[in-house]
Amino acid sequence: MPDAISAAGVKRLTVIEAGRANIEYFQDLWRFRELFYILVWRDILIRYKQTALGLAWTLLKPLLTALVFALVFGKLVQVPSGGMPHAPFIYVALVPWLFFASAIADSSTSLTAHSGLVSKVYFPRLLLPMVATAVALIDMLVALALLVPMLLFFGVAPTWRLLLLIPLTLATGMLAFGLGAWAAALHVRYRDTGIVLPFVLQFGLYLSPVIFPSDLVPYPWRLLYSLNPVVGVIEGFRWASFPNQAVHLPALVLSLASAFVFLFAGLRYFRRTERDLADVI
Amino acid sequence: MTSAISVTNLSKRYRIVHGGQRGYHTLRDEISAGFRRLTGRGSATRDVTEEFWAVKDASFEIKTGERVGLIGRNGAGKSTLLKMLSKVVEPTTGRIEIRGRLSSLLEVGTGFHSELTGRENVFLNGAILGMPRAETLRKFDEIVAFAGVERFIDTPVKHYSSGMYMRLAFAVAAHLDPDILLIDEVLAVGDLAFQQKCLGKIESITNSGRTVLFVSHNLGSISSLCTSAMLLENGRIIASGDVAGVVMKYYRDGSSSPASFDLRNGVRKIGNAHVRLVSGRVLDAKGAPSMEVLISENACIEMEFEVLDSHPGPFVPNFHFHTADGTAAFVSVDTSRNATGPGTYVARCEIPGNLLNEGSYFVGFGLTTFTTGVTVHFFEPGAVSFNVRDPIEGTASRGDWGGSMPGAVRPNLAWQTEKIA
Repeated sequence: MPDAISAAGVKRLTVIEAGRANIEYFQDLWRFRELFYILVWRDILIRYKQTALGLAWTLLKPLLTALVFALVFGKLVQVPSGGMPHAPFIYVALVPWLFFASAIADSSTSLTAHSGLVSKVYFPRLLLPMVATAVALIDMLVALALLVPMLLFFGVAPTWRLLLLIPLTLATGMLAFGLGAWAAALHVRYRDTGIVLPFVLQFGLYLSPVIFPSDLVPYPWRLLYSLNPVVGVIEGFRWASFPNQAVHLPALVLSLASAFVFLFAGLRYFRRTERDLADVI
Repeated sequence: MTSAISVTNLSKRYRIVHGGQRGYHTLRDEISAGFRRLTGRGSATRDVTEEFWAVKDASFEIKTGERVGLIGRNGAGKSTLLKMLSKVVEPTTGRIEIRGRLSSLLEVGTGFHSELTGRENVFLNGAILGMPRAETLRKFDEIVAFAGVERFIDTPVKHYSSGMYMRLAFAVAAHLDPDILLIDEVLAVGDLAFQQKCLGKIESITNSGRTVLFVSHNLGSISSLCTSAMLLENGRIIASGDVAGVVMKYYRDGSSSPASFDLRNGVRKIGNAHVRLVSGRVLDAKGAPSMEVLISENACIEMEFEVLDSHPGPFVPNFHFHTADGTAAFVSVDTSRNATGPGTYVARCEIPGNLLNEGSYFVGFGLTTFTTGVTVHFFEPGAVSFNVRDPIEGTASRGDWGGSMPGAVRPNLAWQTEKIA
């Protein structure tokens, strides 16, 4: 907090009162940005300590998964892929899905894993799910870098639409962060979350159009299906990557809108429980 | 002088839920409770919620540069108070005003990660404790030198000895440079030499105009570090002011150290298969049980004990004298070897006048045999306590000095000053 002492040498006055934390919350979030950077740096550093392949794992994980899926569902089960080669077709959906799933999974345990910190030191607690989301985002960006060479390898020429990946990634991040913060706050109070969440995320992989195109879902159900917020995001990722892919606009809009709703609801729930977090954790 | 911390009517309430396995909630509990609410049945909850005020109506002010010791028994609300001051826990009611940058060391090494190297942990811990990166960078060499881990700074801390780990953790915390520092029990780190170094560092921190609020069970370090003290009991501040007075009050309130006790009809038994502590008392110069003895008069400590079986003994009574701040004054051992064979014994220890200083003393009762190795049959710390009163008027050991005289003892020694040239 470099601004604790202002230039005039007058010391900053802090007032602590019931309910006061709300007012300065987002200011504090900014003041603690250095802690945010260093926690992200720490998490990435720790993950690859004592590993032989190190950062390569970030690429290998989605790559190998996509290859196995392409082999099993593309070659053996012959799930349609809308005329696209199976490997990039699945990879381009798997990357945002893995980002989404790991951001939520890591966020959900972020508070409880740092219970020592939470009960001993003050900082805006929202920082912890934010760190988890940021770490997952970095993984995703690394995996995304492989997308263009992969598309070219399979003879797909990317167009300007590829730039849409930026807002789409942002939307995925918002969605994941909102849900992750929600899960984190829930996990402090109900440890059931830790058991249920991996299940839900596992189902989610098959409920989302990762290994199949979403037009496999018959039309009247399509809109209902799009309520799954990941559907629109994945659709968008495919649309942005493959020039000949069409997009179901209502689904995309619905999913982007629900990203906002989940972000807002997640943050609200988190902020509501945050007040007595240190006492419950 | 301006105030660094001012607290008005600060309270923190916790709700304790009794009944059932309510340690923590599960979703099932919540859902079934929701159904009960919906159906309107079982609305009379079986759980009894009890309110518990960890801190109640605390008001105090700490001036800039003051070093205040916070004392109180476990559960008195010390930690809750510190947590509210450091914003970890939100108060239920009341208001705190803090002027300047506050750092709290509620636990040394918070956030240290065992996989990271010492260097990495310094930066991580610095950020957690609120030190800007540039500042950590500037102080890095100083921190490492203070901890004495230069050779291992690039080794993961999981390979550190626990002493090295704690030293590095304290070093980061000690270089925070805040205006106000909250410290909770951190001096119990490392070996004696490092503890001295910590104390020295804290002293130099406080001497540079910083404000310190210090919580410790070690009353010795409180009295040597702090300029004033506060005593917390059941969430309320029941005494504040100069350290010695508050420390005394802390001891007086402890019913564990009366001037005399008798365990014959009590539930509590002290002893083992061979011996049992029966009673103990402090006698004044006239031989009457008393809480207070005069500084220049003799006093006597008495311990009654029973030998239950034909243990060969001899049982050696020993008394351990401590001053109010917890410092050991001396130990006295009975060398008569008279306690052998079953029976009830009384051991008396005469304390001559003009030996002890004024203030409170606590006497630990021990009974030991040395025949088959050293066996401590019982040791009751602070079994009895008494106050040595100095009427000042006419006290030989004072000379003409009327102020306070430090030390655990104040003997009347033989002096001779002669003119030699």
